[in-house]
Order: sequence, then structure tokens, then C-alpha cells
Amino acid sequence: MAAIHFGYTISKPRAIDLDRNNLRKSDEILREMPELQTCIGCGSCTAVCTAGNLTEFNFRKVHTLVRRGEYQGAYEEMNKCMLCGKCRLVCPRGINTRGVVLLIKRKLGDF
Amino acid sequence: MKRVIIIGGGPAGMQTALCLVRRGIEPVIVECENELGGKLRNWHVLFPTFTPASDVLTELRRKVRENRIGVHLSTSVETFTDRQATLSDGRVLTCDAVVVATGFTLFDARIKEEYGYGIYDKVITSADLERLFNEGRVVQAAGEHPRRIAFLHCVGSRDEKVCQQHCSRVCCVTGVKQAIEMRRLFPEADVFNFYMDIRMFGPGYEELYREAQQRYGIHFVRGRISEAAPTHDNRLQIKAEDTLTGRPLRMSVDLLVLLVGMRANDQNAAWAADNGLNQAPSGFLQPKDLFLGNVRSGVEGIFYAGTVTAPKTIGETVNEATAAADAVADYLTTKA
Ligand code: SF4
Ligand code: SF4
Ligand code: SF4
Repeated sequence: MAAIHFGYTISKPRAIDLDRNNLRKSDEILREMPELQTCIGCGSCTAVCTAGNLTEFNFRKVHTLVRRGEYQGAYEEMNKCMLCGKCRLVCPRGINTRGVVLLIKRKLGDF
Repeated sequence: MKRVIIIGGGPAGMQTALCLVRRGIEPVIVECENELGGKLRNWHVLFPTFTPASDVLTELRRKVRENRIGVHLSTSVETFTDRQATLSDGRVLTCDAVVVATGFTLFDARIKEEYGYGIYDKVITSADLERLFNEGRVVQAAGEHPRRIAFLHCVGSRDEKVCQQHCSRVCCVTGVKQAIEMRRLFPEADVFNFYMDIRMFGPGYEELYREAQQRYGIHFVRGRISEAAPTHDNRLQIKAEDTLTGRPLRMSVDLLVLLVGMRANDQNAAWAADNGLNQAPSGFLQPKDLFLGNVRSGVEGIFYAGTVTAPKTIGETVNEATAAADAVADYLTTKA
């Protein structure tokens, strides 16, 4: 019997569930670049980001999501980065942010 | 010899007494507990240096003993004026000035029912954790191999819902310190600190915060936990918003530590009314002014030292006690 379509869909849960997320990649990333953990979420990187000013790309948000084990779409997002390095010039924690872009792409390339 | 009654025998009261003795004034400490030390007695180590609280306490108590300072233990002050105090045992002590060094009250975490303190044994306060460290019983509370431990900042501070609008100042750095201690004790556990703002105002605090992030891998999530609920396997599920990603977040933890704030003593209101002292909106006693009159009450002969006027660190409290003794000595000289 064909399913009747009532016009409703089931929304995907939006919550980040750390019990379900697999944090292995995120742990690997933080082990290779512990400095990423010092991010204080100031948003300077995103403010100066050339890519972020032209597209939806938000470097701060993407790397924070990756640290929570939310990898979906992160690789594609990081592809918007043109590696100009402006973010690294401003990060008050001295994080090698461009290195973070490259590391996340390397780790999540096969995701 | 001039005599000064010091109400409260914590770090502020003891230091005030020691400084008064050096100036040839006779201090008398009235302490409601059965020993000197105040809240510091239950503390394990102090931020940001991990100095044992007992080091500070032992030193202060030793000096009080050596100087033969008069101490009334297990006695509280019922009422006082600048010239006398009526004690709980009915005695009346006369004096030439009074220093109020009665400190603060720890926020009762049960009031924030949504976190389940006093209901779930996996929820403890920062003060409980210090005590557990002292008693060597942290493993008992957290389990042998906790996988995840969460700290929640601002419990009973910066919260209109519990009538505590002020920031307690010391809990952020305490949270960072305790998170590091937990990581040292349980290297396999992930530690998460949930905060609204991180306030690292003191020397070495920001450095400690950064060390907690980089060296100890502690996760800081900007967002306030909305509730804690038990799971079927006797852990706790907590919910918050990870505001920096704009997404709700949940996880189960083996221990939730509530960083409880410092609130004003209930006693302050009655004493303020008796003596015409001012209370700040937070309920703490309000000094004469915040720049040149920090330890003065605005009423002749009544002075303040330590956290009775606002949340402070141990170092600040001890410094302020020194300043209070100085102000008392000035007052007694000009009056003589
Ligand atoms: S390196 Fe990438 S993320 Fe950084 S500012 Fe340039 S485009 Fe943005
Ligand atoms: S500039 Fe640095 S500290 Fe600020 S959000 Fe970006 S990575 Fe984090
Ligand atoms: S010091 Fe931190 S945890 Fe304590 S009340 Fe202030 S902001 Fe909240």
C-alpha cells in the first residue's frame, strides 16, 4: 500500500548529542593541535575572513562544531577558505588558524 | 589600652587582629564556630597556585596564638554598637571600635531545583568538592572511572531568579582550578565547563585558564545548563545551548559540579538597621565609598574587613584586613 503523504515531514534533531557523536576525529585534531582548544570564541577570525564576507562560511563556528563531533559538511565548508591567512594575523590566542583549516580538511577529507 | 571587637574569626578577622596588636591596640575576636578559620577551613587548595589552604590557615592561627589574642569561640554577637557588643552567652563586651568581618554565606544550591542538588548524588557543589578532596573521597563521589565531568558556572550568582544579581568573582577561577584537579585525578575523563562569561580578573588567572584549555584539554562551552536529569544507568543527562554554534547540546555525565556563589549574610539587614549602616542592593554591607573608604562603614567606630562587603579572594581579604586595622588605628588616634 502506498504511504499516504500528509504533507508533514520529520525534522532532524538539531541537538548536539555528545553521547552519540563519535569524538575520535575531534580528539585526534585536538591532539595534533592542542592550541585549538584555547579558542575563546571571540570571532576575530570570522570578522576578517575574506571567504566569510562573501559566503556563508564561518570559520569559528565550523571548527567549534568539529570539536563537538559534528563533522557533517565541515570539509565542504573548509573548502571555501582560500588560505589567505588573515585569521591567523588577528587570533588573540595565537592559534595557527590556517593550520586548523588544513588539519580539519586532512582529517575529515574521507568523512 | 584601646580595645577593638572583631566580629568573625576567618582570615579577615585574624589578619585585622594581628595588625591591631602591632599597633598597640587590644583586639578581641568573637567567632561563632568552635575554631578560627571561617570558610577557609573546608577548602583544599587555593587558586591560582594550588597552595594548600591549610598553609594560610596554620600561619594565621599560629600568629594569633603567639600574640595571645583574645578569642571567644562558639560565641556569636547578637547586637553591637561602636562601643559594645552583646554576645550570645549574654555577656556584654565594651570596646572603642568594632570591625565587622563576618564574611559571606554560600548559596544554597538546592534553590536551583533544576540541577537536582540534594536529590541526585551525582550533583555536588564546588564547596563539597573541596571537602571531598580534603577527605580523599573524590573517587567515591565521581566513581572509579568517570568518563565525563561537568562544571556549571554562576550557580546562585548573576541570576535574577534567585535574587542574586552580583557576580561572585571567585567561582570562575575556582571552576578552572577544580577542572584541572579533576583532569589530574582522572586523566581519562573529559571535563566540560559551562559558562556565561569567563571572568579571570586576577594575576595568573587567565594564564591558568589557558593552561586548562591547552595543556589539560578542558572543554569550555558558553551556555548555561538548563536542567539535569538522571539516566537509566545512574548517570546524569544535562542540557544546554552551545551558544557559539547556536545549537542545543546534551550529554550524560558522571558528576556535575555546581560552582556556588557567595551571597550576603542574612544577618546584615538587622545589623544595618540597628546601626544605620548601608546595604548594597546585593545585600552585602556597603562601604562608605569604593575608592578611599573601602573599609569604613560611614558610621563612626564601625569598620569592615573582607567579604562582608563583597565577594573577594583570600589575598584581597587579607590585604583589606590590614587596611581596616590601619583605619581603626587612625580613628582611635584622632579620637584620643
Ligand atoms: S585563511 Fe581561510 S579562514 Fe582564514 S581568513 Fe583566510 S579565508 Fe578566512
Ligand atoms: S580568532 Fe582565535 S580565539 Fe577568536 S574565535 Fe577565531 S580561533 Fe577562536
Ligand atoms: S566569577 Fe564567573 S562563575 Fe562566578 S559569578 Fe562571576 S561569572 Fe559567574
